[in-house]
Amino acid sequence: MRIARAAWLLVAAGLWSAAVLAAQAWEAGTDGLLPIPPLTARVTDLTQTLSAAEAQALEAKLADWEARTSNQLAVLLVPTTQPEPIEAYSLRVAEKWKIGRKGQDNGALFVVAKNDRKMRIEVGYGLEGVLPDVTANRIIREDVAPPFREGKFAAGINAGVDRIIAVVGGEKASPVTEAVKKVRRGFDFEQILFVLFFVVPIAGGVLRAMFGRFGGSMVGGASAGVLIWLVVGSLLFSILGAVVIFAVMAAMGMGGGTAHRGGGSTTTGGGWGGGGWSGGSSSSSGGGFSGGGGSFGGGGSSGSW
Amino acid sequence: MIRKIAGLLAVFAVLALTGCGYNDLQRQDEGIKAAWSEVLNQYQRRADLVPNLVNTVKGYAAQEEKVLIEVTNARASVAGIKATPELVNDPVAFQKFIKAQGELTGALSRLLVVSENYPQLKSDALFRDLTAQLEGTENRITVSRNRYIKSVQEYNTTVRQFPTNLTAMIFKMDVKPTFTVENEATISAPPKVDFSKPGAAPSAPASPAPATPPAGSPPPPAPKN
Repeated sequence: MRIARAAWLLVAAGLWSAAVLAAQAWEAGTDGLLPIPPLTARVTDLTQTLSAAEAQALEAKLADWEARTSNQLAVLLVPTTQPEPIEAYSLRVAEKWKIGRKGQDNGALFVVAKNDRKMRIEVGYGLEGVLPDVTANRIIREDVAPPFREGKFAAGINAGVDRIIAVVGGEKASPVTEAVKKVRRGFDFEQILFVLFFVVPIAGGVLRAMFGRFGGSMVGGASAGVLIWLVVGSLLFSILGAVVIFAVMAAMGMGGGTAHRGGGSTTTGGGWGGGGWSGGSSSSSGGGFSGGGGSFGGGGSSGSW
Repeated sequence: MIRKIAGLLAVFAVLALTGCGYNDLQRQDEGIKAAWSEVLNQYQRRADLVPNLVNTVKGYAAQEEKVLIEVTNARASVAGIKATPELVNDPVAFQKFIKAQGELTGALSRLLVVSENYPQLKSDALFRDLTAQLEGTENRITVSRNRYIKSVQEYNTTVRQFPTNLTAMIFKMDVKPTFTVENEATISAPPKVDFSKPGAAPSAPASPAPATPPAGSPPPPAPKN
């Protein structure tokens, strides 16, 4: 009977959490601004200016540079950035794509708005020292704009990329340290396991002795819920946590907490936790290209031809 | 037994109410401080560029005294205001600071307009570099202001929403000021375009670059003064 009630509570909490998450997943529209193209490769050409061979050669060059130095450079060609100025658009793209390695921010983005006849080199925080605004401006004016004026877009882009690579150069990349997968609210999985394995059985035993099996589990679940709300600030997580702790304590009260019983409930708790809280740093896989989590501050320079 | 449980639940309820949103408020307050420091950083960067710019222009266009003096004075008034992270907590000083920065922006844009009349100045390498740096810095200022506005919006929302506004009231946390557009009247007036002979002072009003946040973000809440 009590198990049925606990199960009903669990289902209700699950349905509610699904509804809340679905509501949070709704994103505001872009208010008439251009959508940001998905990042699939280092060279994204939405204007069909570069031939397949040229795009591939450029891609290889950039991939090679990244392999050598861990600096990321992406090239984006769009017909226009209206209604935004190119600065605002390229910053939006750079923030979404997150070029450059997280923590090092060693990324740059080269945006060409072909119909607007404007271009911009957006420089990440980490490269602002070696590629300051003045240098980016010079690269645009001296290396890229002249070929562009003659209609030689591939040559211009390659010239610009070569100059950027030459200026930034590259120290040998430090080995990529596997970033600890930070859970959304900043506490990690080990802490939860510690709580489940040690604190809950001890506290559960004490509370059950004081209040009896059901009362003890109720108090344990309620206090766990309140503590989670204090720390995490989310009613959702606190209710889910309360239900889980309640179920664990109640289950342990039966049959004197055998190892099998305890192990079963914690592994189900662990599996659910692991599935729910995925998401941390992204790493570039072999096939596709993805940003490394770098951030941008609006540095770089724009130009036209 | 029932009374024991009821007593415990009452204690938990009180704890829950006071814990409600407190951590969020602290986190967002720190976020505001960081964003504001970044804004101050970029404004300082711009102020540092001004003396070089003025000297370069003076080399070619010394007769444009009025504009040069205006820029120098605007920069002096900006330097005179003590720009500290505490500025966010004082709406009056905040507005004064923003106004001073806006005047510097206006003076700089007038200087650049005037320099269009001097082709030798425009082709000077040093002047080109300085304007490139200035443009970059203005962009950075815009970006840092936008990020500050976002962080203040988050914080103000938490301060005003129920039930976290109760926590905010208990700990005396109030809404923080945010950027609005300076000299709104001047911007709302349509620019006067003057095609009279070059060398005459341009009649278009200064178009300050302090950017309003891009159209996408919602308008910031007005500070409670």
